[in-house]
Amino acid sequence: MEGRDQGTFRERIARNRRNSLLLIAVFLAFITIFGYIIGFAWLGDPTRALFGLALALVVGVVFGLISYFAGDKMVLAASRAREITHDDAPVLFNVVEEMSIASGLPMPKVYIVDDSAPNAFATGRDPEHATVAVTSGLLEKLDRDELQGVMAHEMSHVANFDIRYSMLVGILVGTTVLISDFFLRGLWFSGGRGGGRRGGDGGGGQLQIIMIIIAVVLAILAPLFARLLQLSISRQREFLADATAVRLARNPKGLADALQKISGDREVLEVANRATAHLYIANPIKKFEKRSKGLFSTHPPIEERVKILRALEAGGVAETTGQTSTETT
Amino acid sequence: MGIVLLIVLVVIVAILVIFAIVTYNGLVRRRNEVEESYRQIDVQLKRRYDLIPNLLEGVKKYFRQEQDVLTQITQARSQAMQPQSPGQQAQSEARLSGAIGNLFAVAENYPDLRSNTVLLDFQEELSSTENKISFARQHYNDSVQSYNTKIQSFPAVIFARSMGFTEKEYFEAQGPERESVTVSYD
Repeated sequence: MEGRDQGTFRERIARNRRNSLLLIAVFLAFITIFGYIIGFAWLGDPTRALFGLALALVVGVVFGLISYFAGDKMVLAASRAREITHDDAPVLFNVVEEMSIASGLPMPKVYIVDDSAPNAFATGRDPEHATVAVTSGLLEKLDRDELQGVMAHEMSHVANFDIRYSMLVGILVGTTVLISDFFLRGLWFSGGRGGGRRGGDGGGGQLQIIMIIIAVVLAILAPLFARLLQLSISRQREFLADATAVRLARNPKGLADALQKISGDREVLEVANRATAHLYIANPIKKFEKRSKGLFSTHPPIEERVKILRALEAGGVAETTGQTSTETT
Repeated sequence: MGIVLLIVLVVIVAILVIFAIVTYNGLVRRRNEVEESYRQIDVQLKRRYDLIPNLLEGVKKYFRQEQDVLTQITQARSQAMQPQSPGQQAQSEARLSGAIGNLFAVAENYPDLRSNTVLLDFQEELSSTENKISFARQHYNDSVQSYNTKIQSFPAVIFARSMGFTEKEYFEAQGPERESVTVSYD
């Protein structure tokens, strides 16, 4: 059965790679069009609008490359996480090592976020550059088996290349927001000046006004759509990572118990924000959990995930592997 | 007409060659994965033996009156480290586990030992290493399964055997090793 699961593993990786390339292509196309429209709205003529296009592309590519290679460090810095060694937290380090052995992946870096709300995430651009992070609250509140379940879940994100895809999506959202913000602010501050200068050239001015309207609509809608994409991709991935985690640790109970403890906890993770929320094992923004099934949730409802895991627990892990492997056929 | 046929033939041959290369590389990668995961089992087994001297060093002053508990462990360890048949190996592993279990049982009689960090740390390291051994075996079997399936399926099945890719054996749990050896008190 494991062999077929390896197949699903590879399939997921291949799918993530395809999606990543598609995402980058769509992103570049969007940036190009968006940049051109902003350029037009700004400078008021089709040739000079190319300047806007070029600027948006350069900003997009430079920002994208920087985030791709330093995104994990940015996320870790934003979460105020610190790297630990075996002796700082032996049990945590050991369970991560166990899961890295079970998955056959290199040992990731291990970080702790000093926050009493229990949660965890993984980041990085590939398994060779991966990091798993847990909050100090998670360490305190979970027992060894539960911690192992959580780390199995995080290592699954690493193995499936979810970490890379999530990072790319994060970059996409970030850049879109950046460019939109840049445009809207610029419009706000220079509204009077631009209007006066461009008033005179008749037909071009009319086209320009249309372009300004389109640009404003795009600048408002684009970040929203980008965010929706970010949310929808992470929901499916949580279920898959749960299934892979069971295959790695052979213990659905640990993860199910952990998820229940995490969701039952009332504390709010201070360091999480909208840009990093989709990375965590359970949605760190608690008020979202209520309307979890909705479009705006980064995570499937915990109860549903726990229910699936409990079913695996009752049916034995043998069935689990059978279930996950049916995806290949 | 002849040229078209030639181009078609060349394209077909090129596709076949590329396909063969990809398949071959896939086989090599999987075989390396199997070998690598096998080494990982050995690494973890060895680690288990390496843990023991540290433990003995840390607790020996508490065990002045119970020297034989410590010598038992030392003996069992060196015996387990000898090269031997799988059946014997399983036996001496069981003996080692028993000896370590004995130490924990005796430690219960010493209040200041029960909270001794050396002992507690050792307990965590020992059980983690045992987990690692079984996860390493699990991953070994996963890789073997993936490799064997690849060899047995088309198109690799045509040339795999003649190029020296043969099925690997699974790790089968046997005797007392079937259940991961945990610290027991008997």
